[in-house]
Amino acid sequence: MQAPENLKYTKTHEWASIDGDVAKVGLTDYAQDQLGDLVFVNLPEVGDAVEAGEAFADTESVKAVSEIYSPVTGEISAINEELFDAPELINQDPYGTWLIEVSSAELADDLLDAAAYLELCEAE
Amino acid sequence: MKLVFDISKPGRSSQILPECDVPEVMPDAAFLRQSAPALPEIPEVEVDRHYNELAQEVFGVCDGFYPLGSCTMKYSPKVNETIAALPGFAKIHPLQPAESAQGALQVMSELSSALAEITGMDAVSLQPAAGAHGEYTGLLLIREYHLSRGDTARTKIIVPDSAHGTNPASSVMAGFEVVNVVSNAEGGVDLDGLREAVGPDTAGLMLTNPNTLGLFDPNITEICKIIHEAGGLCYYDGANLNPIMGVMRPGDMGFDCVHVNLHKTFSTPHGGGGPGAGPVGCKELLAKFLPTPVVIDSEGRFELSRPESSLGRMKAFYGNFSVMVKALAYIKVLGAEGIAETAKASALNANYMMRKLDDLYFMPYGQAPCMHEFVMDIAPLEHETGCSAMDVAKRLLDFGMHAPTMYFPLIVHEALMVEPTETESRENLDRAIEVLRQIWQECHDDPEFVKASPHDAAIGRPDEVTAARHPVVRWIPEA
Repeated sequence: MQAPENLKYTKTHEWASIDGDVAKVGLTDYAQDQLGDLVFVNLPEVGDAVEAGEAFADTESVKAVSEIYSPVTGEISAINEELFDAPELINQDPYGTWLIEVSSAELADDLLDAAAYLELCEAE
Repeated sequence: MKLVFDISKPGRSSQILPECDVPEVMPDAAFLRQSAPALPEIPEVEVDRHYNELAQEVFGVCDGFYPLGSCTMKYSPKVNETIAALPGFAKIHPLQPAESAQGALQVMSELSSALAEITGMDAVSLQPAAGAHGEYTGLLLIREYHLSRGDTARTKIIVPDSAHGTNPASSVMAGFEVVNVVSNAEGGVDLDGLREAVGPDTAGLMLTNPNTLGLFDPNITEICKIIHEAGGLCYYDGANLNPIMGVMRPGDMGFDCVHVNLHKTFSTPHGGGGPGAGPVGCKELLAKFLPTPVVIDSEGRFELSRPESSLGRMKAFYGNFSVMVKALAYIKVLGAEGIAETAKASALNANYMMRKLDDLYFMPYGQAPCMHEFVMDIAPLEHETGCSAMDVAKRLLDFGMHAPTMYFPLIVHEALMVEPTETESRENLDRAIEVLRQIWQECHDDPEFVKASPHDAAIGRPDEVTAARHPVVRWIPEA
């Protein structure tokens, strides 16, 4: 199980990378492993508001349908349209595959660093 | 196997139509098709063999043990099919005058009364065609209730995280927002979490009790009280009614509205896509909103009537009538005592299996007695041997048993949910226990063998991922 040092993590297994006030959000390696092969990702639209801790998307795997929660508050400036045809990218490269890009992004204050997140995964 | 079109050969059609004994009429050219339809041409014997082969590829309750949790795959007595097929029931038309269909209306009236009695409700609509359709209908009743009081702020439905997936889906379909509450360590609703979740925007709660872990929530009256005090209504998902019917009633627990899956609990074979029926029962405060029409007994004459503020029709005509006939026949044969005995036997069978397996398999909520089903967590076994819930389920097929429900409820990651039902004998349960214990041993001795299973089934491990990502749902002839 991996968790790059430069990312921030939620307890619900999303990651956020921040560059200035622009954040990218994706699913962690642990999340994709637990979900199994993804078959569908339902993303919001550009311009939608997201709020930290609130669901902004959902995903369907061979096991289950699950909601994806935002680690940041802000406005969606881009969505990864590649995922509509190729949700398996998340399974193949979870940290290289972002779902949404958020502008004017503010990180939630309860995000974990890589070490704390790995500890959480270990405990589950 | 080949499709019926693949075995077609030009000119080999069967001559099964009798000579035409009425004058031939040629329709207007505008109504004629330009080319002949692509119908398969096959001799009668090959048609027979083709459909027999198809029948052999499926597995039903009549083939063997079918412990598919939350689905109540119990045996449905065949005599009920015979009764539903009686010409007086099967050959009536929904548009014929009510006076000429009094027997059918009496069936509907008596079934409504029986279901009201079993669920502790005041009124029933038989219209919904299935469980989720019933949920949707019940939620619309709750919406109508709040709106009729001018209370437009109630936009949220509370659903526990162990709920059936249809609960949040029906809520969204009915225009509500879903609020999830987490389960407590015992698998029930977390009361503090619930108290925090309710407010002036709470329209209601949807709950299965016993829940999807097979557990009866001991706080159920408190749960309903919390919702009622916040101004919401309580909806009972009747999917798991089987182990409590005749013993305890949702209406007495505090629920205001309920659906019942007749096809699960009351004797209609299911799993093949229907028809089913999901009648909705409600307390008096919701009765005037029920779908139209309902059957009323007017001094021995049965009439179709529109409830005062009916939300309209939920389905053409009256619902799936033959399913209602089977349900009433089943209820009448069992009677009040038989219904309760059925429920208790379903719980006894599940507890028997759970206790005979819990030394090997991890039962995450196994400290309390279960109701009609129990959930095994294969995670520890997978940790030790690499064999997952999927592998155990696939290996079961080699023994002529259907797999339990897999990977549900979602709060147990490697879940196998087992519902043996009341219609299995002690011998069948012992056999299933023996097989599951053998598979546990195989997982330790030869995990690769289990992971490569099934070794003896018509279909092994289909490519579910490709099937889900790129489904081919229509046959298209080669040009």
